Order: sequence, then C-alpha cells, then structure tokens
Amino acid sequence: MIKRLIVCFALLLASGFALANAIQVYEFDSQEHEDMFRKLSQELRCPKCQNNNIADSNAELAQDLRQKVFEMIKAGKSEDEIVDYMIARYGNFVTYNPPLTLSTIILWVGPALVILLGFTMLVLHSRKGKSKSSLAMLDENEQKRLDALLNDLEQPDDKNKES
Amino acid sequence: MKRPLMFIPLVFFMILAGIFVVQLNKNAAGDDPTKLESVLVGKPVPEFKLEDLKQEGKLYDQSIFNGQPLLLNVWATWCPTCYAEHQFLNTLAADGVKIIGLNYKDDRTKAVGWLDRLGNPYIISLFDGSGMLGLDLGVYGAPETFLIDSDGIIRYRHVGDVNERNWKETLQPLYQQMLEGAKS
Repeated sequence: MIKRLIVCFALLLASGFALANAIQVYEFDSQEHEDMFRKLSQELRCPKCQNNNIADSNAELAQDLRQKVFEMIKAGKSEDEIVDYMIARYGNFVTYNPPLTLSTIILWVGPALVILLGFTMLVLHSRKGKSKSSLAMLDENEQKRLDALLNDLEQPDDKNKES
Repeated sequence: MKRPLMFIPLVFFMILAGIFVVQLNKNAAGDDPTKLESVLVGKPVPEFKLEDLKQEGKLYDQSIFNGQPLLLNVWATWCPTCYAEHQFLNTLAADGVKIIGLNYKDDRTKAVGWLDRLGNPYIISLFDGSGMLGLDLGVYGAPETFLIDSDGIIRYRHVGDVNERNWKETLQPLYQQMLEGAKS
C-alpha cells in the first residue's frame, strides 16, 4: 500500500514538472507589473495566428512577443510605450484596441448605425400600423367582395349545423 | 399590395453575396487576406548587430545596407516555403541580384548545412537566432523579402515565396527602379 502511494506521489510530481516545462513562467517584481502584463497580452494580437491574442496563442511569434512585453515591463516601460513599440513594427493590426482612424471608424460607428436603423424601422413600422386601419382602406367594391367572401365561408358552416 | 420592406433582407443578402464574390475572386487570384501591410516601408532598416551565419564572432550592423539596392530575404530551415523559393533565389543571384540572407530563429548548424547543400544565393548571411531583428522588422513568418534601396531605406515588403511570377510582376520593376535611382 505504501509502495503504491509512493509511486502515485512520484507520478504526481513528474506531471508537475512536465507542466512547468510547457508553460513559460514569468516572475514580476510587483503586482502592478503582473496586471499590466496580463492586460497587454490580452490586448495584443498575434500577427501570425490571426484572431488569437498573444496570451492565447502558443505560436513561436506569440512567445517572442510575450517575452518582449515581459522584458519591456521589467525595464520599466509604460503600457503606451509597449503598445506603440508593437504598432511601429506590426501596424495597428497588432492591437485589439486600435486607434480611431479613417479605416477603423466603422468599428465605432457601425454598431450605432445598426441600432439606429433598427429603431427607425421599428418606429416606421408601428406608425404605419396605426395610421392605416385596414378596414378604412377598403373602398366600396372591395368591401362588397369581402362581405361576399365572408358569406361564402360562413355558409358551409351553416349547412353543417342544419344537417 | 406593396411591401417594399419585405425586400430589405433580400437586398442585404445580394450586397453581401456581391462582396463575397469580389473578395473571393481576389483571393483566388493570389490576394492573401492574412497579409499585413508593413509599417516599415519608407523607414530605414532598424539598428542591429548580428553575427555572420558561418563565422561566429564576425559582426554586422545596419551599415551593410548602404551603397547599393539589396534584397533582404528572411528564411529558416523549418520553413517549407523557403525550400521552395531557394532555387529561384539561386537563379536571381546568378543573374546578379544582390541578396542578403537573414536566417531567422533557426538552428545554426542546420542552416549552414542547408546552404552547403542547396547553394548559397546570399552575399551576406546574418544569423538571427533569437528573432529580435525579425521582430524589429515586423516579420511574422518566413519567408519574407524586403527591398532596400541604396540609402538603407525599406521600399517594399513581400510576404511568402519569391517566384518567377511575382518577381516579374512586382519585385523586378521595383528593383530596377531602385537600381536606376542609385545611379542618378
């Protein structure tokens, strides 16, 4: 029994080592730096594996960028300085929080436009329903046809009741 | 009865389908949407100090890009497309095109073996094992090829392999232009 426990324990330890190997470990001087690193690696986008941030991606390039961010934080650089450094190399593509430019303006205006469009359509639609009560729209002839149709529909019912 | 609103979804669909047709046709013609524009075009080659690939301890810096128009080719032995383009680079070098090689995040002995085996099209081979010049250049994959004029200014960045077609269509005219600019 004790032997088995020892084996289990050894395996557990070994798996721990394996994990530690796979994950890069960064040691920070302060909690602020650690928070900054976490925020930046969420915000910076991996240019190789597009649609991953550098925290999610394990591509070689993402690892390099994480390393670079770590080094820059250690060197006391500010958040803006680090983001600017990346943008100077990879363009605005590299940040998930791009500046407002002519080509990115749709990101801000787009959702507002869609909401506006939806509301106008909603308002127009409900107004139309109010102003045009369907009966008022029918002229004399149409009214007659409607009555005739309704009569036709009712008659078979009446026959059923009689029989 | 008129119901113009009913057609709005159809119109939206048609517009969207139109956009897809245009972009997918572009993709089929070789326009890769994952390509990123380089922000370094028009800027000088970043500062660096890198060792020669074959001779450890022999250092180069950004001044090697001054004096004549050059191609800077970023390559690695782990990159299959680099293998595909290597023969074409050899023919370019034989035609007198000056190419500087940047061996990017690679195993040094493997890289030297590759050049011995497949031929060496590079007038200078830089070794960037940590990928830090690559990072400064905004490299996000290999191969990439930069056109650099005689003042050391980056004029163009090409992502993917250099082959006969894109050399003739885009790269060669730009290279010629740089050569003429250097003469005058």
